Amino acid sequence: MEAPAGGARELAPVSTATAPALPDIFRVRIASGGVLGFVRRHPAIATGVVLLAIVVLAAILAPLLWTVDPTALAPARRARPPSAVNWFGTDMLGRDIYSRVVYGARVSLIVGFSVAILSVLFGLAIGLVAGFVRPLESLIMRVMDGMMSIPPILLAITLMALTRGSVGNVILSITIAEIPRVSRLVRSVVLAIRERPYVEAAITSGTSVPMTIWRHILPNTLGPLTVQATHICASAMIIEAALSFIGAGTPPTTPSWGNIMAEGRALWQVKPFIILFPALFLSATVLAVNLVGDGLRDWLDPRAAKRV
Amino acid sequence: MSDPRDRQSDAPPLLEVVGLKMQYAVSKAGFGKPQVLRAVDGVSFTLTRGETLSIVGESGCGKSSVARLIMRLEEPTAGRILIHGRRIDHLSARALRPMRRQVQIVFQDPFSSLNPRMKVRDILAEPVRNFRLAAGASAVRRRVADLLAQVRLPASAGERFPHEFSGGQRQRIGIARALAAEPEAIVCDEAVSALDLSVKAQIVNLLQDLQRDLGLALLFISHDLAIVEHITHRVAVMYLGQSVEMADRRTIFGGPRHPYTAALLSAVPIPDPFVKRKRILLSGDVPSPINPPAGCRFHTRCPFVFDRCRTEIPALRQLREGHVAACHLNDLPDQPLARAAEILGEAGRPIEVQS
Repeated sequence: MEAPAGGARELAPVSTATAPALPDIFRVRIASGGVLGFVRRHPAIATGVVLLAIVVLAAILAPLLWTVDPTALAPARRARPPSAVNWFGTDMLGRDIYSRVVYGARVSLIVGFSVAILSVLFGLAIGLVAGFVRPLESLIMRVMDGMMSIPPILLAITLMALTRGSVGNVILSITIAEIPRVSRLVRSVVLAIRERPYVEAAITSGTSVPMTIWRHILPNTLGPLTVQATHICASAMIIEAALSFIGAGTPPTTPSWGNIMAEGRALWQVKPFIILFPALFLSATVLAVNLVGDGLRDWLDPRAAKRV
Repeated sequence: MSDPRDRQSDAPPLLEVVGLKMQYAVSKAGFGKPQVLRAVDGVSFTLTRGETLSIVGESGCGKSSVARLIMRLEEPTAGRILIHGRRIDHLSARALRPMRRQVQIVFQDPFSSLNPRMKVRDILAEPVRNFRLAAGASAVRRRVADLLAQVRLPASAGERFPHEFSGGQRQRIGIARALAAEPEAIVCDEAVSALDLSVKAQIVNLLQDLQRDLGLALLFISHDLAIVEHITHRVAVMYLGQSVEMADRRTIFGGPRHPYTAALLSAVPIPDPFVKRKRILLSGDVPSPINPPAGCRFHTRCPFVFDRCRTEIPALRQLREGHVAACHLNDLPDQPLARAAEILGEAGRPIEVQS
């Protein structure tokens, strides 16, 4: 009979002891906020951002990363395999492949980001005009359709054939090849948004057309445009490498992943490391950009947002 | 009940619509010659200050198109739209902009009618700034606070985004935006159709209070006859792009003179399980507005159809002051009309009998 009494006496301390257990539930929630929580909820974006940050830092800090002059010839040390001196080996002219790959990141990143920004700006302007000025719409869109019927890489090769090889010309020709895709996207988004009642309400409450575009339409196109920009960035990097690989892009005096690979092409069966390292860097960078893009798409998608 | 139109019979009405038509070409899968869809096919009415005119009809009858035409969100094919006697149907977008202040619209969907990226105060300030109705930032802020109070939302609502509000609250914001332009008339395009019953009643009461306080005219577009009977002064009934009957509320709900009106009325549910009513059941669907029936457009579904209906288009004829209807039954000297009227009378609201 003492047992229940003793149990009742013990009950009070037990109940006070269990009460502090509640915050455990909250601690899980706290952990899901901040940087760690973001990483947990969006592992793709986090991985992509980290990878991309490494490549960007490497490109900026290239002279500090134990590199040598990437164009310095050393005929005596041609096609050496990776060693403590030449981490990624040397190419057919004895140049240090590690240094060339690190400096080559600059070209890829500059081309990728410049093309993404420029094609989005031009595509946005063309798409807004096409979506809002009905008489011009069919003319603009037929021209864009015509440009889209040519694969972007072929169009870029053709444009490069007309000019001198330089990073600026590479950016220009890839931008021209990518503009139609952006303007199509912008036009379709504009056509969808301009039918929304809040846009019609803006018009009936006396807002001018430029102001309606600026205040009501543009902010709502930014989500899909950001995602498109990342895909253009990745595709521009690949096209740049391809152009340089066939000798139609970055001039041989500037190291880029494409022309490093081009130099290793003849020897790839006996000296695969020449082509391997720039290829790995290109793949990793493009993967990083695509991970960020796909992650952003899921993140900005309103349906996905509701789930979170 | 005094007719608000009596007070100012000389001045041109606030809003007048004459023979309004909207047609567009539709082609079948890209081949064949394009066909003409007549969404609105000759609609005329007037709206005077402080008055509520309801446009009712089935979905697809063109009532929302009429609203969009008046707001110039669609271009009319023919006809005239006049505000205070001044035509606005042919004005360029630039010339129209200052005229837009006088007629504003409240949309059906409270979720897509507010920009998700703008704070409520910016949404309400937009028309105030556009029409220069307040000078200076502090005056605009005061006006926004007044507008929120007018639709009975707390002043703190201004700092929030639309997604933080419920459907009924969003519709209040939509009404506040319409009021921000200081209009004389508000077009309510199914403005309460998407709301719950209790919220619907609150919004309808709000609209009535605003009408009383501000002398607003309302063009109330709805398929909900119970709400229409509660709020309206006059009713226009539309069928397949045409108005078939128009009269004051009492006449329409008490003694309709068009079988389609009677059928609509008989479909209104009565919240009393013991009241039995003979319903006029219409067979079939609304015919296509691409290929409307010859003669009277309603003859394919009319329970009182006779030969003349199939060949001759009935004109909208004045039956007495303020009551027009387009039905051949009203011309008949002998008594099919009486039979019809008898059934039409049964179809009318039994409330008249009870009171």
